[in-house]
Amino acid sequence: MNKKTYSIPIGPVHPSLKEPMTFNFEIYGERIEKVNLAPGDNHRGIEFMGRQRNPIQIIYLAERICGICSAAHPFAFCQAVENAAGIEVPERAQYIRVIIAELERIHSHILWAGVAAHELGFDSVLYLSWRAREEVLDLLEYLTGNRINYGIFMIGGVRRDISEEQLPRIRETLEYYKDIYGKIEDIFLNDPTIAFRTKNVGVLTKEDALHLCAVGPTTRASGIKKDVRQDQPYSAYADLNVEAITPDVFSGEVNGDVYDRIIVRLLELVQSIQIIEQCLDNMPSGEIIAEKKLVKLLNQLKKAKGEGVGRVEAPRGECIHYVKLNESELPEVWKARAPTYNNLMTWVPMLIDQQIADIPIVIASIDPCIACMDRVTILNKNNGQKSMLTKKDLHELSVQKTRRITP
Amino acid sequence: MTSISLFEILVKIIGAIVIAFLGVVIGLFYKGIDRKLAARMQARVGPPIRQPFMDFFKLMIKENIVPQNAVPWIFNGAPIMALVSSITILLYLPVGNISPLLSGYGDIVLIIYLLTLPAIGMVVGGFASGSPYASVGAQREMVMMMSYELPLVTVVVAFGWKLSQVYPHLNIFSLTVINAHPIWELVGPLGFIGAILLFITLAAVTPGELSKVPFDAPEAETELAGGILVEYSGRNLALFGLADAVKIIVMTSLTVALFFPYNISHLLALSGAFALIVDTLFFLVKIFLVMFVEVTFIRVAVARLKIDQVSFAYWVPVSIIGFLGLMLIVLDTIIV
Repeated sequence: MNKKTYSIPIGPVHPSLKEPMTFNFEIYGERIEKVNLAPGDNHRGIEFMGRQRNPIQIIYLAERICGICSAAHPFAFCQAVENAAGIEVPERAQYIRVIIAELERIHSHILWAGVAAHELGFDSVLYLSWRAREEVLDLLEYLTGNRINYGIFMIGGVRRDISEEQLPRIRETLEYYKDIYGKIEDIFLNDPTIAFRTKNVGVLTKEDALHLCAVGPTTRASGIKKDVRQDQPYSAYADLNVEAITPDVFSGEVNGDVYDRIIVRLLELVQSIQIIEQCLDNMPSGEIIAEKKLVKLLNQLKKAKGEGVGRVEAPRGECIHYVKLNESELPEVWKARAPTYNNLMTWVPMLIDQQIADIPIVIASIDPCIACMDRVTILNKNNGQKSMLTKKDLHELSVQKTRRITP
Repeated sequence: MTSISLFEILVKIIGAIVIAFLGVVIGLFYKGIDRKLAARMQARVGPPIRQPFMDFFKLMIKENIVPQNAVPWIFNGAPIMALVSSITILLYLPVGNISPLLSGYGDIVLIIYLLTLPAIGMVVGGFASGSPYASVGAQREMVMMMSYELPLVTVVVAFGWKLSQVYPHLNIFSLTVINAHPIWELVGPLGFIGAILLFITLAAVTPGELSKVPFDAPEAETELAGGILVEYSGRNLALFGLADAVKIIVMTSLTVALFFPYNISHLLALSGAFALIVDTLFFLVKIFLVMFVEVTFIRVAVARLKIDQVSFAYWVPVSIIGFLGLMLIVLDTIIV
């Protein structure tokens, strides 16, 4: 039978996308036959900007890579620089970093839950869950001074301490989330209409998840126990007991569908609360930063030479920063890889053979952050047109570069 | 229907204009209430109740864009067709004690035909837009129309059959007759349960007829960016807005006429003009309550269904409930 397909473009601007990105779908009836991803609408040249700034200035730039992972990026960047320059972070600072990162995970996952409900046309849940998110934002503002871009990370430690008087307020928020968690779980996991729309939708098999190097809740929902906090514990996570959460903990089976991704994120809410509680109980006293005087720190970094890698489990998955310092004020290389970059290609197996109606929720289910992920846009200087490079082109470019640097 | 005097025709025309005007105004007003109540249930402040009026006037002064690959006369005609057909249904619906303006010229079967017209108007407009989103939306609207027709007709047939058994000499499909003989008084206990099932069926059909969540797949904001309406702007969009507001009144009035035709004027021992006013106000309260249950409450409480799930929901569970209601009413009559 000769199938006649038609194409539907989603993006760069579309109500189901929170950031610009283009998808081209080939549709047969209501079924998706083919998916073409065309990112590159949100390239801001952040890494280039970073190479014109000194490492302390980059922290604030890294914070603004993503509006939601505004702890994960500076966290990874600071780790990379500390790794390159050989700076030891005081233990107390490591705990404070973990507390901020876990609070961020709570806020990010609740935000995601609201967005997912909106994509399903369930707006009431969007409003109610975002109201629940206010509490953790208020707490973050109380602890760091800002609701979103916290400005608390510094190379060698953190900029603000968590004092004894602040502890009751943190515990209050944790109690609030323990109270409402039952309600959130009830809405998302027991509502029949949400189950209709998410069960067996956007399935990512374990093989595909491994093959495509998916990270974060996306891969854990497919049954792979992958979590940087568990596999290569950094910072204070080494003292804490973090285990990757897979959906079989809750439902006894792994399907790798959108429903499983909801389960994983909700269970991670509980996990984050537990981690923060452990941190509060075990927090050692002492310094919060290795070098208080910033001028001295900058001088130290100016003299440093070497490369460093920082790995952080962001709410969306593994976030890697690579820094190369070369005895100058500015870093020679700064490379940031956001988790969405890995998860991008998982959309293809998830979307094939689904319906048009599944597009928004499947796209939202990996919690994409397009702005984090867009690192490269290839433009023709003469006519300003975008072009795409294939695997072959990239290979050729790599060969050329290798020849150039190793004569 | 022998000869109609000129005066009667004049009365009908003026009456039609008044009803159209009132239908639009009350429809927009109820839409405002619906939005406000939904907002309060979602922990929002919500827009002011006059917002739909403001939207309408704003849209009327905005530019009316016709896409390049649209068919202009169909594209512009579709909203008018949707609005006119919804207003026409209003002329066949009884309000409280007042019998419909066009009673005697059409019955509930005609209303069912007319109810498909606004939807067909939207489908035609969607296909004429020349946008892939609108085309998908129009396809979905057609599928939905085919799905909810069966349960809707089941309800009407049940009413007609029951009335034909009790009053064989009356015009059983006339809304005036249905309005004068509430179903609840005609049936025994079994039939009572049947009537409740029929009410559930109609309550399930209403959100589909009005394209509200969970049956708003044709317009699905996050999927199709407005679907059928995606290319409409300015005056055309305003007319679709009016048609939507009138359709809310139509569907709720239909529910009231079929299931809750009671009046309160005789309880208060009123007569004449007072009775008319009190009954009309009571009618407005009734359609408000029906709207709250069938539209506002349902749409804040559930997620949107996919089009195949919508089709399944109407063809299988809702139809089964409808048939069960019909069978119980038949059983009730046969046993007694």
